[in-house]
Amino acid sequence: MTAVSTGAVAEQSGRPAASEEPIRIRTITAEDVFTLLGAAVGSLGLTWLVYERVMPWSGAFGFWLCWYLVFGLFYFVAAAMQWGGLVVRDKTLAVLVSSGGIFATAVVVDQLGYSLVKGLAAITHVNFWTQTMVATGPLEPLSSGGILHAIVGSLEQISLATLFSVPLGIASAVFLAEVGGPLATPVRTLVNAMTALPSIIAGLMIYALVVLSLGLRQCGFAAALAVAIVMLPTVTRASEVVLRIVPGTLREASFALGASHWRTVRKVILPTARSSLSTAVVLAMARGIGETAPVLLVAGTSNVMNANPFHGWQATLPTFIFNNIYTYGDYKSFVERAFGAGFALMLVVVVLFAIARLLGGARPGELSKRQRRQLARQAARS
Amino acid sequence: MAVTVTSVRPVPADDDVPRTVVSRSSRSDVVFRAVLRMAGLSSFVITGLILAFLIVRSAWTFEVDGLGFFTKQEWIFSGNDFGIGGVLPDTLIIAVIASVVAIPIALATAIFIAEYAPGRLRRVLVAVIDLMAAIPSIIYGVWGRYFLMPRMAGTADWLARHLSWFPPFKVTIQYTSSTFIGSPFIAGLVVSLMAVPIITSLSREVFAQAPQGEREGAYALGSTRWGMVRTVVIPFGRGGATGACMLGIGRALGETIAVLLIVNPIQSANWHILQSGGNSIAALIAGDWSTAGAHELSALMAAGLALFALTLIVNSLASIIINRSRSGAATAD
Repeated sequence: MTAVSTGAVAEQSGRPAASEEPIRIRTITAEDVFTLLGAAVGSLGLTWLVYERVMPWSGAFGFWLCWYLVFGLFYFVAAAMQWGGLVVRDKTLAVLVSSGGIFATAVVVDQLGYSLVKGLAAITHVNFWTQTMVATGPLEPLSSGGILHAIVGSLEQISLATLFSVPLGIASAVFLAEVGGPLATPVRTLVNAMTALPSIIAGLMIYALVVLSLGLRQCGFAAALAVAIVMLPTVTRASEVVLRIVPGTLREASFALGASHWRTVRKVILPTARSSLSTAVVLAMARGIGETAPVLLVAGTSNVMNANPFHGWQATLPTFIFNNIYTYGDYKSFVERAFGAGFALMLVVVVLFAIARLLGGARPGELSKRQRRQLARQAARS
Repeated sequence: MAVTVTSVRPVPADDDVPRTVVSRSSRSDVVFRAVLRMAGLSSFVITGLILAFLIVRSAWTFEVDGLGFFTKQEWIFSGNDFGIGGVLPDTLIIAVIASVVAIPIALATAIFIAEYAPGRLRRVLVAVIDLMAAIPSIIYGVWGRYFLMPRMAGTADWLARHLSWFPPFKVTIQYTSSTFIGSPFIAGLVVSLMAVPIITSLSREVFAQAPQGEREGAYALGSTRWGMVRTVVIPFGRGGATGACMLGIGRALGETIAVLLIVNPIQSANWHILQSGGNSIAALIAGDWSTAGAHELSALMAAGLALFALTLIVNSLASIIINRSRSGAATAD
């Protein structure tokens, strides 16, 4: 009765009644939160007591592993005391499954934080960004020497590799998405398989081609070729996914207006997917710039500035890091410089990644706010 | 009753043949498609070139050693005597450790992102996983060597002391400060972190495509969320997730720099995963490259050929499984 009367009142006043708000099906109750917290804190205490005090165990990771196991058990028991069997199983698995996401985030945050903290000693020196290692011996302090040569090498090689891999990769993707045919399935299978190709194989192949067969010396250009082989399947796979979600109606509209296949691809499909294609390219660049093994094989590494990618050894950020740790790992300043270079590399990757996210926010054909305003202005003018 | 319909209006079969539509492409389109087809074939060309160059350049090794190359556990560059009988099992050991650790974590994360996480958290986590995939392997290697390895030594010690009845956890070398440093166990852990984002992002895509109708059906029958995941999402995504796991293993098999920075390289097989000493084919190649003479170079090319064949088989199987499965068929077109 009361419900009816409030409804009538609401209709009269023209406002929706409180009872008409949608019911939220999945709400987090206080019991949920306290069960979770209780299990976490309780298991932490017990693990600490047993692990650190009673048993002669040590090691931070063992501690957290034990804590996690005890926590799972505690949560299960605490849930079983309040709820029925099905709900207990549901909630316990929800907690276990979500810990996967937390774990992945923790690893990423830890790696970013670790390379920042350890790199801080080197990156605060201005010379670290403006000098090369040409005049720096193993015992020189951090106020001498830097990574300028590695930055130049990285930028040159990634530019060349992008130049080679992107046109070919996008053309393959257009083939897979637009032409198809009996050839498409084996190509797609191979491209998928090549995304997990060990990158060192690309280095071996380019070395066999450029150095052993053509008789040239190791150089940055060859490294760019190897990195391009690594990037190619990544570009192809990501671009194909993007091209597939271009609406079919756009394609048909273009064909219906009498456009050829070539014009349809160039004027309709590629522009529609442009922002997402750029995302695919930028992500592939982020992968390519971190490649170490193939670059090490075909371009070596070096202490001096070499801006000519066609001649001689060339250092990149990853090979600089590797060389500093693998060859000079006993010298403190070299390890610190490696961490500084690691920070620079992570910075590049994260910036590329942020660019990719910004570009890739829109689905194909979806306009950004600015584009929509522009269109509205144009429409108003005409 | 229904028969009467055909008797009233018999349709002559000849009229039912569909009209053949002939469309002629313009010359520019023919050229355009030919160019695209060639671009599509480029992946075959590259794979073929890799195979051809590796076979030609490793010919010397196979002439000298024949199949013995795969069984000899030694790598003596002064005597030109090479074999990957020890390094090949070492590669597999690291890959197995990596997949044992990575697969449960990655699948749990994928299910969480696809089924449990609310909208905003889902976007954040997808970005985190993508970023995890974009972090260069050298960073994983450095992180593993300087951050993880010293912190893991205590855990390895604990496992070795209390679980040594499990043969791989037995320690056969003397206890020193470096017993647990540079072991396949730690290398496998680091490599597992690199396999996690691959497996997660591929299987997340697959799980997210489980049909809405079937999900709602499960809920309508009174299922809990986990019940729905277990009966609808996981069976639907099984094929795709299997393929994703195999691609992750393929990545683990070929990991170079992280392994090289962590393990203490040896040439014999080390089945005791907690103790120092391990290797992988890729790490062997990168580690010995700068000092290799002509003969060792040929042996390294042969090792590379073995690695390439191994990963190509694993990855192609994975790719085929993904394409064949119900969920994969949905992604293919």
